[in-house]
Amino acid sequence: MAKIIIPTPLRKFTGNQASFETNSETVYDAMEALAAAFPEIQKHLFDDQSQIRNFLRIYLGDEDINVLDKEKTSLKADDVLSIIPAIAGGKN
Amino acid sequence: MAQETFSKEELSRYSRHLIIPEFNIEGQRKLKAAKVLVVGTGGLGAPLLQYLAAAGVGTIGVLDFDVVEDSNLQRQVLFSTDDIGKPKVLAAKERLEGLNPYINIVTHNVRLSSENALDIVKDYDLVADGTDNFPTRYLVNDACVLLGKTNVYASIYRFDGQVSVFNYKNEDGVLGPNYRDLFPSPPPPGLVPSCAEGGVLGVLPGIVGSLQANEVIKVITGIGEPLVGRLFLFDAINFETRTVKVHRDENNPLNGKNPTITELIDYQEFCGMKQSTEDDIKAISVQEFVELQKSTEPFQLIDVREDFEYEIANIEGLHIPLADVEEEVDQIVSDRKVVIHCKSGGRSKKAIELLEKEFGFSNLYNLTGGVDAYFDEVDAN
Repeated sequence: MAKIIIPTPLRKFTGNQASFETNSETVYDAMEALAAAFPEIQKHLFDDQSQIRNFLRIYLGDEDINVLDKEKTSLKADDVLSIIPAIAGGKN
Repeated sequence: MAQETFSKEELSRYSRHLIIPEFNIEGQRKLKAAKVLVVGTGGLGAPLLQYLAAAGVGTIGVLDFDVVEDSNLQRQVLFSTDDIGKPKVLAAKERLEGLNPYINIVTHNVRLSSENALDIVKDYDLVADGTDNFPTRYLVNDACVLLGKTNVYASIYRFDGQVSVFNYKNEDGVLGPNYRDLFPSPPPPGLVPSCAEGGVLGVLPGIVGSLQANEVIKVITGIGEPLVGRLFLFDAINFETRTVKVHRDENNPLNGKNPTITELIDYQEFCGMKQSTEDDIKAISVQEFVELQKSTEPFQLIDVREDFEYEIANIEGLHIPLADVEEEVDQIVSDRKVVIHCKSGGRSKKAIELLEKEFGFSNLYNLTGGVDAYFDEVDAN
């Protein structure tokens, strides 16, 4: 099972769950599985064209999926995916 | 440049630096010669300014336009209760001069803007970004890239912290990534909660701002490996730390393959937060809307009528009744044109006024004459 680490700003949509495990085979499928498990997170992960939102960065381990195979990057058991949102502090 | 010299008092003050082999008098000289601009004197600025002052950074620019409030003191440990109501930069200057009288504190009691940023930043060697909003983040980044200054970045939200060193040129002349390589575009207003809404653990900016101060000192003195091309992430609630890679992006509009930004832009507008007055509400005629539907330009259509009206007849807009607009704001996009309609144009105008005023949208168009005018037009054809 690959693990997705959920950043604090998105945890209010996962009942404060900080990570999510999935058998998905690609990054995109893993994000969809996360959204299926927590429907409220859907619109924060995907735009209405079903693309992963462009102000989120997705990392596989310490590498940006954009320099791998983007959303199609394949996942192995024990892989760790991180969703990294832009945060700005006080008055966003 | 004349070599920096130190009085007996200064040598004694900095003795714990001087005995570090990698640091010694050379490192201390570099600190004394350095000019650092700290943008924002809030939660991050508090540790940053105090450690930079204590360490002996020779010139520190302090930039903020706010006054000290009681709700700041839970984390902004630069200030004391007596400072409430004072301009932050003046309270900061007093405190920092008390901490270290051998340095020069320059105050900028202004809001950083596209008009003043280049003029202020150009006098400094390095900028530390401790601001609290997306428009200023992009402004600081772009000013640093345009002027060739290193931008030591840190940001916080509730329990999460981020730190990186942007736009740093190493000794081989290789330039590292900047903020736009990491986050090419900002989140739409209203989607990411701010600390003012979501809160922040008071000690978090203390930790993250201290890491930021550490990077500033490393960049100035040239010791160690600065956090370039890497983003440090800290989750204070679970105590998890990670460092991920940041790459330069050839599509970066500032310094990618085909730069399109050559001067500072309107950052409120870039972040979808342009303030507009009622008279500015943009309209789209039925004819223009029909053209838009036929074109390939992406847009979002929103119907703010009541449920029963929508059920009678609709033109497939996302249905958010006027009374629910505020609650459903997350569903409204900010990165392309949004056409809002009701029956004849009155309620949609109210929805746009609310969205522009409360959430800073700048991409909303009112369908003139509403769905009634649309059906008339379509029937006529």
